[in-house]
Amino acid sequence: MYNSKVMEAFANPQNVGVIENPSGEGTVGNASCGDIMKITLKIENDVIVDAKFQTFGCAAAIATSSTATQMIIGMTVDEALQVTNAKVVEELEGLPPQKMHCSVLAEEAIKKAIEDYKSKKQ
Amino acid sequence: MRIYFDHAASTPCDPRVVEAMMPYFTNDFGNGDSQHSFGRDTAKAIADARATIAKLINCQPNELYFTASGTESDNWALKGAAFARKNRGNHIIISAIEHHAVLVSAEWLAKQGFKVTLLKPDETGIINVSELEKHIDDQTILVSIMHANNEVGTIQPIKELSKVAHDHGALFHTDCVQSVPYMHIDVKDIGADMITFSAHKFYGPKGVGALYIRNGLKIDKLVSGGGQERSQRGGTSNTPAIVGMAKALEIANEQMEQNNAHIAKLRDHFVDRVLAEIPYVRFNGNRDHRVPSVANFSFEFVEGEGILMLMDLAGVAVSSGSACSSGSLDPSHVLLAMGVPIEVSHGSIRFSFGKNNTMEEVDYAVDKLKDTIARLRQMSPLFNVKTGGTYNV
Repeated sequence: MYNSKVMEAFANPQNVGVIENPSGEGTVGNASCGDIMKITLKIENDVIVDAKFQTFGCAAAIATSSTATQMIIGMTVDEALQVTNAKVVEELEGLPPQKMHCSVLAEEAIKKAIEDYKSKKQ
Repeated sequence: MRIYFDHAASTPCDPRVVEAMMPYFTNDFGNGDSQHSFGRDTAKAIADARATIAKLINCQPNELYFTASGTESDNWALKGAAFARKNRGNHIIISAIEHHAVLVSAEWLAKQGFKVTLLKPDETGIINVSELEKHIDDQTILVSIMHANNEVGTIQPIKELSKVAHDHGALFHTDCVQSVPYMHIDVKDIGADMITFSAHKFYGPKGVGALYIRNGLKIDKLVSGGGQERSQRGGTSNTPAIVGMAKALEIANEQMEQNNAHIAKLRDHFVDRVLAEIPYVRFNGNRDHRVPSVANFSFEFVEGEGILMLMDLAGVAVSSGSACSSGSLDPSHVLLAMGVPIEVSHGSIRFSFGKNNTMEEVDYAVDKLKDTIARLRQMSPLFNVKTGGTYNV
């Protein structure tokens, strides 16, 4: 039911892990819903130089987490805030309809991590 | 390597079954209701198949009705009995761990005005007789409790449950879809009024099931149509499948003891290795009352679909009752009813072994499973490789 791009992202996910002393950190979801994503960012001069994720969730949640982190590395924080779940899904060339909700997790986690970064900066 | 550990979902057709079916696709293809020789030959094949199955389950041939699936049989039993008895009462009791064929039929009946009670299992998946006694009353017209559960494999005390139903004047239906290849079904011994069967769970073809309805009991029709199945279930008889079902049951009964011993040995080795070699794992089910084929585990801090997909990539077919695979966010209703915590239930996988599996396949699968769980836990924010896991992040 998943396309080959999603399967590849799920089977060989990139940027798995946790950045020590991150510039920003965001965790969304909860265990009873079966989906949690934690993202940590390293940000220099408002540019995301590294991003890592940990995800408890289905194959679609893991694939979108991996792809989303790949997309935002190299972006400014303002550019990263424009990365919607639709853009992540587009990058993956589509998800089954019942899996679309899984992609929202990555967008929300990125936003939360950037908010965390911005609040720390102030 | 391509390994199949999903026999509770479906089994491969035994080649002898396929061989028995073949003539009825091409040469003996007639409609069993036709008057000519083509029809008569088909009618005889169906009568023979019915007699064979009836003998094996200890009923009369005219107590056995062929359907298109176990699901149809369950629908017919519940809806047919409920409406046939609606003047006597409006209360229906099922268990909370029924297959969706029973569960959703009961939900539908609830919308039609029947009162439906769901019995809770104990933590091992057994429906205790006391639980039925607590909820049954003089308004109860039907009790439906499955023989063996499809997700965890527990076997219910069906004779005792059936007796309680009858003591209160209620009908008793049981879904034997998951128990047939592993247990000799004797309808008189079980004492049920209606019993559901499905051929593809015992190395027979898909597209055919049966409903036993004890003589003297009249239930409403589900499928209206022609005069097939003594005018109780319309639709041209699926002759090849019916012939295949009879052959499959014959083989299953003949080889039951040896198959059960082989499958239980594989299952036990699998369970022992998983419990010994993978930390934070929960065995779901009952150790004493169970079919030999099923092992259900919850792997904590990971999600079932990920396990299923990585195992599939490694060539091992397993089943996840969890959330995302079914497209909804609800984890297994069976595990939740058994009291498995919701966050743990998400990481549940059913392994169901069959007569053609080997010990080498089991060992290979355990090795791959260890890798899979370790990989997913490394990705999980709930799990720290050094300190273990917690659901609070």
